[in-house]
Formats: sequence, structure tokens, C-alpha cells
Amino acid sequence: MSTSQNLNLDRVQEIVERYGHNKNKLIAILQDIQAVYHYLPAEALRQVSRLLKIPLIDIISVATFYRAFSLKPRGEHVATVCMGTACHVRGAPRILEEFERQLNIHRGETSEDGKWSLETVACLGCCAIGPVVVVDGEYHAHTSIRKVPMILSKYRK
Amino acid sequence: MKKVKKLKKIRDLKQLIEQKEQERQQETRKVIAVSAGTCGQARGALEVIKALKKSLKAAGLNDQVVLRITGCHGFCEAEPNLIIYPDRIFYQKLTPADVPTIVEETIKDGRVVEKYLYRDPVTKRRVWYENEIPFYQKQKRIVLGDNVFVDPTSLYDYLSIGGFRSFLKALEELSPENIIETVKKSGLRGRGGAGFPTGVKWEATRRSPGQPKYIICNGDEGDPGAYMDRSVLEGNPYRVIEGMMIGALAIGASEGYFYVRDEYPLAVRHVTFALEQLYQAGLLGKNILGSGFSFDLHITKGAGAFVCGEETALIASIEGKVGEPRQRPPFPAQKGLWGKPTCINNVETWANIPLIIKNGADWFSSIGTRGSKGTKIFSLVGKINNTGLVEVPMGITLREIIYDIGGGIPDGKAFKAVQTGGPSGGCLPASMLDLPIDYESLTAAGSIMGSGGMIVMDEKTCMVDVALYFLNFLRDESCGKCISCREGTQRMWEIVKDISEGKGKPGDLELLEELAIATKEASMCGLGQTAANPVLSTLRYFRHEFEAHIYEKRCPAGVCKSLIRYVVIPEKCTGCEACKRACPTGAITGTRKDVHSIIYDKCIKCGACLDACRFEAIEAQRDEAITVIKEVSI
Repeated sequence: MSTSQNLNLDRVQEIVERYGHNKNKLIAILQDIQAVYHYLPAEALRQVSRLLKIPLIDIISVATFYRAFSLKPRGEHVATVCMGTACHVRGAPRILEEFERQLNIHRGETSEDGKWSLETVACLGCCAIGPVVVVDGEYHAHTSIRKVPMILSKYRK
Repeated sequence: MKKVKKLKKIRDLKQLIEQKEQERQQETRKVIAVSAGTCGQARGALEVIKALKKSLKAAGLNDQVVLRITGCHGFCEAEPNLIIYPDRIFYQKLTPADVPTIVEETIKDGRVVEKYLYRDPVTKRRVWYENEIPFYQKQKRIVLGDNVFVDPTSLYDYLSIGGFRSFLKALEELSPENIIETVKKSGLRGRGGAGFPTGVKWEATRRSPGQPKYIICNGDEGDPGAYMDRSVLEGNPYRVIEGMMIGALAIGASEGYFYVRDEYPLAVRHVTFALEQLYQAGLLGKNILGSGFSFDLHITKGAGAFVCGEETALIASIEGKVGEPRQRPPFPAQKGLWGKPTCINNVETWANIPLIIKNGADWFSSIGTRGSKGTKIFSLVGKINNTGLVEVPMGITLREIIYDIGGGIPDGKAFKAVQTGGPSGGCLPASMLDLPIDYESLTAAGSIMGSGGMIVMDEKTCMVDVALYFLNFLRDESCGKCISCREGTQRMWEIVKDISEGKGKPGDLELLEELAIATKEASMCGLGQTAANPVLSTLRYFRHEFEAHIYEKRCPAGVCKSLIRYVVIPEKCTGCEACKRACPTGAITGTRKDVHSIIYDKCIKCGACLDACRFEAIEAQRDEAITVIKEVSI
């Protein structure tokens, strides 16, 4: 796990309180923490462990089981390529490879300058308009290899 | 946020429904219903809405037109689209720039603008009205149909189409036993894929000792290629909630949960909003409408694990734990959430309930086949002309769905297979096109109904690649609890990967079949038990393609990268430079009007040139390097 320096953990306390220190709400708590920090900082997880009185190892086990969680800091921008069946038969693997080339990182990685993370998702359920790529929450429909640089340039300003 | 009035008595709700129904009936203004589900928004529906607001205001028509922002209309290919009522004029593929013309010509002057109408790809004729579009004609949209009539963020809109009348009927006129009897008699079976009779599940939960009892709406639609539940949750969340409230009455549950995928932000938003409105209105919570019936409903977001669609894993996930399935029995009906009797149904199943209560069991069971009643929503996607959500009566044939509703395969290509049932399902070939769709027939054919994904594949789809795709998905999503699933999917993936790379050996297919059967028989949950289906069904119907990869080191569809290379056909190349511009690695040379060529050292076989070429001058051909591969593999 990465170390997190000078992280303001007030929000963690606030989130745990919002769920009434309910252990059963662990997943929701982690989701809210990730929404604030864009990943799950190690310090935040230790804090959750203390506040909920759950062993850290159990929290890690949940945090690593679910794909939505990231234990590593993510980039300023996150590009998510949908790998659903419909997108696959329309060329999603090639789109992903083009993102890897353009960003010079592999899937699941974050660029060294911290600008970009490249992720995949099993299916976004927008199969009719595939291949689909989501950048910072914005959906891009009918993507093609040619469109990849255009999509990226929109966020590179 | 729109505030709603608190309703204290059953009478209050009745009066409100009547009032809203009347308002709808007496509406004389034109209504513009804009499709704005996730797909619509991705195609620019929100910009179209903004432009509409602006244009209507500029034309001074604000008060004379109702702008209704709805969920998905189902015809995803035609997004962004809108329907103008009362005439049902259907305009499609709009941009904000088209809006002023529509307001000026159609809204103000009542003239239809031809160029925005749907054009039938076969007859080339423009179709004026939504109900005349072939895509909609063979459908029976009992669940999805109301999407166009309601703003999913408005409780009052739902009431105005008679929403919550079924709940009132269940509350006032029917005993829990009556409700269960009606659902049983209707023949409704679980729409999540397994097809278990819904009424029987309800009865088991009701009879099971233990309090409190819970109900859950499974909205963890994880099958890649399926999105009907998203569309229902986004477009008509109140219908699902009403179904759950009726279920709670019948089962005797006092609390319920929505489990919705994290990947569906709009669905989460609409459900959350609907729950807030219902609490405000007094339709959820303690002593609802003074009837003595109390019901709390919460929403839980998934966190991106496919296996959580399995009911015991889903329950573990709601409890805040790792989403691993457990052995059944005990079934959730006996020991579910927090160890209490729990009834889990899929989104589409719940959405059918108000309709069954309203129209009766006989009405519902008159639709469909002997063993499969009602309709099923399929997401018709992949290599198909009319992609979208289609709701059809059970018993319709694959051919009718793919050709009559779907409009066939694009670009004149040949149909190869249709994949149903997601990673638990299989691929059916052209010889199966006349198969009537119901739970049993699909299972007999080696696939399953599943949640409703229907991915069409054409001649350019490689079935080895498809099997590899699903195995990769499954090995990734296997939770790892059963070794047969964890290692079985991994090993099958490795074998198929070798085959796709030209490293297949004689005996591989037999080994694959053996592993498939072992994985199926030794795994605990549905994921492992069905993990072999994509392999077994592709082997059953497309064995020759596997054999071509193994023995001839050839990918007939031209997909598997290790076995192909792209070549320029000189006779067809016009020298237009389109491929050259498309190539991300600068591997194509040639000046304008000269035949181009590909530098193989630079080519990464991404296929961008193939997509870019309009003259079919680029072909994926058998790679001469296969001799090398052959040597390596010996």
C-alpha cells in the first residue's frame, strides 16, 4: 500500500459517523472515502479500522475483492475502456491498446506525472453505442482508434 | 428537488391518483418526450434538451408545450431521439442545431420535418410515427412501454399513468395468499436468468419461520452485453418499487434493499431520488397510509464484482462483506440477509408484478409459451442494424428478433452466431435461428435465457476469440473460493489462448471439454457451474473454427492477431490515403493515387486501416509467419 502524506483525514471520520459507525456499511463507507480521495489511502483504511473496530486485514480483504476500489492513487484524469461483449466484438481491445500507446501506460496503471489512469470495466451497459470509453465520468460513444487522440486532447488542455 | 405532499390516508392516495390521471387525460398541449437514459445522454440528449428549452422560450411556447425528460425509449441506435405527442412523431439522431427547426416547423406550424424522421433501411422510406417503425412493431412493450410516458424523477407522473393502483389493490382487496396465488398462476419466472417460479419463491419466504423478513431487488446486472435492468431502473424506478411493495405485503417483509451496480450512476440516482420522494409522500416508512403496513426500502451500491449477481454473494455484499457465494441450501428464503428469510428477485421480475396485479394472472399467462409466460426484454447489440432494447413475447424466434426487429446484419455481412445469457450462456449458430425463445429451449440448445443479453456476431467474428473473451472474463471474476472454478477457468483460458495464438496442439479440444465438465460439476455457485457454457457451445457449433486454428494455424474470420496480417489489395486500392491517416504507427506508405503498402515491421495489427478503408482494399490474410509459429510449437 502506498503511503499518504499530509492527508486530511477529517472527512473519513465524518463519513464513518454518517453511517453511524455501522460495520455492515463498510462497502458504502469505502465508496464514499474513494469518492473524496479518488482512491483508498492506507491511512484512511487504518482510521476506518480504528473507528469501526474491524481488523485492518478484513478491510483490506474487502477493498481488494471489489474492482471499484483502488489502493493506489489514481491520475487526475481517469479513462475507462468498456470491455463488454458488444464493445469487444466492435473492437474494444484495439481501442484499449491505442489508449495504452497514447498514454504510454498499461491498463490498470497511472502515468508517472500523475495525469492519467487507464482502467477497464467489464460492461457499462451502454452496449448499443459501443465501443464506449468514459473519461472523468463523460461517456464517449462509437469510439475508434482514430478518435482516441481526439478524446484525449479534450482533457489535455 | 421537487417536493411532494405527505399522504396520510389511503383515501388521500386514491384522490391524488385520480387527480393526476385526470390531468393527464385533459392535457391538450403538445408533449415532447426526450429519451435521456445513459445512452441518450452519451449521444448528446442533454444538449438537445438545453436547446429545446432555449428555443421554446424564444418562441414564447414555454407554457404551450410540455417538455418531458424520460428514460430510454429503447431504440438506442436512434439516440438522441424524441417523440412529439399526441401525434407520436418520432425524430431521431438529433443535434442541438436541429432543435430550432423542429420548434419552428413541427411545434409551431404542425409540419413534419422529413430529414429527422427514421428511414427504413430496407424500403428507404421515411417513417412518420413511432408505432410504425419496424423496430417497435413486433415488440410487446408491457414493461418498457411506459418509459416514454413518465419523467422518472416524478412520482406524480407515475401516478398519472395509474401508478400505485396495483399496490392499493393488493393492500385493500387481496390477502397475502391471494397475491402469491395470483403471481403463481401468472406463471412469472425469474428474469435474472435462472427462471425460478416467482410465486413459489415468495411462498417459501412467507412460510419460512423467522422475523423480520427481507426482500431484495437484484440490480447487479453484470452480464456484459445486458442493460435492460439499467433501463428499467433509470426510466421507471417507481414501477419496480411498487412491485417490491406488493411483494413485501405478500411475503410479510418489513424491509427491502436495492442492490444496484456501481457502474450505473444514473440508475442509482433515479432510484435514490424515487425513494426520497416516496418517504416524503408517506408511501414508505412506518404505518403507510395508516394501513398498519410498514416497509423500509434502502439502496446499496455494488462495487464492481460480477459474482455479486449470485444471490448468496449479493447478500454477503449487502452485509458489508467480501462477496463470496456460499453453499445452498439453506436457500435465502430460509436463511438470507442477516440469517433471516429473504426473497431476492431481479429488477425486471419486480417490474412485472404491478402489471400482473392490475391485469390479472390470466392476462399475463396468455402471453408467451406453455412453460415461459409474459415478455422478456433483450438487449439486442453487436453486429446488428437496429441496436436497442427489445421487449418481446416469450416464444418468438431468434430470426424474428434479429431480422424483423433488428433489421439484420450491417454492411451486407453474413450472420454467424448470437450469444445469449452472458458468460453463463452460449453462442447459437444460424441453424438455430428458428428456435422459439423460452427458458427450456435455450437451455436445450446449450445456452441459457440469462438476464437478456443478445449479442449478434457476423462472419468477421472469430468464435475462438469469443470463447477466449468469456474465459478471460470468468477467470477474472471467479471469486476463487472453489478450486474447480478458479483453476478450471484459468486453465481453459490458457488452452484457448494458445489456440488463438497458433500454439494449439492435437488433443487440446478434448482436454478443454474434460476441464469444462469438471468445472461445471465441481463448482458451488452459478458462476462456476455455467462457466463452461461459452466453451462447450462454441465447440458444439463451431468446432471447425477451433480446428482451423489448431491444425491449419488459420483464423478464418481474420481476428486472431498472431495468425493474420493485413495486406493491401492493389487492384482495389485507390490511393486515397485514408488508411495511412488512420494508422497509429505510421506503418503505411504510398503517395496519393498510388497503391499503398504496409511496412510489416511497424504494423501492430490494430486493424485501423481495415476500418478506415472504404474500398475493401485491405484484407486480413493468413500470416506467412505461421511457419515460424509451427516450428516454435513443435
